[in-house]
Amino acid sequence: MLMIDCPWCGNRDESEFMYGGEGNIVRPQDPESISDDSWSDYLFMRKNTKGLYMEQWLHSYGCRRWFLAERETVSYEILNTHKIGEINPESKS
Amino acid sequence: MKRYSLFSLVRNGINHHSNWDRVWRNPNPRPEYDVVIIGGGGHGLATAYYLAKEHKITKIAVLEKGYIGGGNTGRNTEIVRSNYLWDEAAQLYEFSLKLWQNLSSELNFNLMYSKKGVLNLGHSLQDMRDISRRVNANRLNGIDSELLSTEEVKGLVPIINTSPDTRYPILGASLQKRGGTARHDGVAWGFGRAADAFGVDIIQGCEVVGIRQEDGSAVGVDTTKGYIKAKKIGVAVAGHSTVLANMAGFRLPIETHPLQAWVTDPIKPVLDVVVMSNSVHAYVSQTDRGELLAGAGIDAYVGYGQRGSFSVLEHAASSIIELFPIFSRIRVVRQWGGIVDTTPDACPIIGKTPLKGLFLNCGWGTGGYKATPGSGWVFAYTIANDTPHNLNEPFSLERFITGKLIDEHGAAGVAH
Repeated sequence: MLMIDCPWCGNRDESEFMYGGEGNIVRPQDPESISDDSWSDYLFMRKNTKGLYMEQWLHSYGCRRWFLAERETVSYEILNTHKIGEINPESKS
Repeated sequence: MKRYSLFSLVRNGINHHSNWDRVWRNPNPRPEYDVVIIGGGGHGLATAYYLAKEHKITKIAVLEKGYIGGGNTGRNTEIVRSNYLWDEAAQLYEFSLKLWQNLSSELNFNLMYSKKGVLNLGHSLQDMRDISRRVNANRLNGIDSELLSTEEVKGLVPIINTSPDTRYPILGASLQKRGGTARHDGVAWGFGRAADAFGVDIIQGCEVVGIRQEDGSAVGVDTTKGYIKAKKIGVAVAGHSTVLANMAGFRLPIETHPLQAWVTDPIKPVLDVVVMSNSVHAYVSQTDRGELLAGAGIDAYVGYGQRGSFSVLEHAASSIIELFPIFSRIRVVRQWGGIVDTTPDACPIIGKTPLKGLFLNCGWGTGGYKATPGSGWVFAYTIANDTPHNLNEPFSLERFITGKLIDEHGAAGVAH
């Protein structure tokens, strides 16, 4: 069982949370004008990193807010959690 | 390859079983092959076998970073079935189920394929609507499938709790009689042994660390045992598909998740069909040794650690105990996890890639084991002819651009 440090509620049990997949995926500003390839990339393609992964979680049985977590996908260790918007999407894993 | 037979058993029995041949050679990699298959699980070994048998390509290496069948092939719950909803998937899995029928004699290796039947339980009106839709779709595709009432389920599985007062009452089920189980280690060993007999080099303890390219084509692989040149490369590495795709320079619509299973202490035979329930995310069968073999859903998060979390185990175990109250005091003796490559539409990706000469077989998610022979067959066809077979053409990587997805979440959701 993971202990997850919600940026608002503190350390809580994994079972209180929902997983939201890869974090910091930016929706294309103008979907009408981009190619099918770019849309597919946004919609389906994932980094699925073996190692340090930036992902989003929802504290669904707590404060019901989304946040970002940096987690190691082999050891499952969570290194950091951030409020949405705290870090630049371009800068991290 | 010396054939296994009653005579070989008697002959070796007289010699106190001290003279059995090695089941496959353990060669060092040659500098160059016609085809290099990355991944020595069931799918990779089956691909090598069918390349040699159907397409007469025998200069093949299967590279496995651990030992063959040590990944998902040896970690699933052995369930074989083909009751998928959509035509494309139904045809692919049915083709595979047909190959299972004679596989033991074809490979001269007892795979213990047991047609004990697979039950998919329904617990709500919507479940039953979905199940009857799927049964009808299966029958239109020529796949045996039956709709059972609560009483018929009880008749087939007397120990199941059909009381209407449970959290998930059993309203009925679908039954595929040709479904069942087959010994998963045997599948890896059987395909490995038969491929080896054709001259395929199975190279264990050999991890691929890079894919070399020249003029937009894949030309070889860097491994922990040195560089190996290859005219064609097939990738069948399940949970590590994204890692390999990164080496080749393209992206995949895949998320890798842990999926777990467990066995209990052995008990007297009480359960002679596979019982699955998508709504409660659990599936259970009894092995020939008497253990209950059960599994859960995936852990929600991306994970490459080959273990499952306890909350998921607890959820599935509590569901199984509600279905089978007599199991409540049986002890779990082993629990393990594999890492599965899930796609957005719960269907595999089998075909060509943006890199010429590199072929991909992945995305089987939680249900690849049952497809092992069919997957190997179509992948071998694709590699040999440089074009997909009709059966796997719909399962291209391009479908995520064209939008022609094959939504099999209903049929693939749980069963492994």
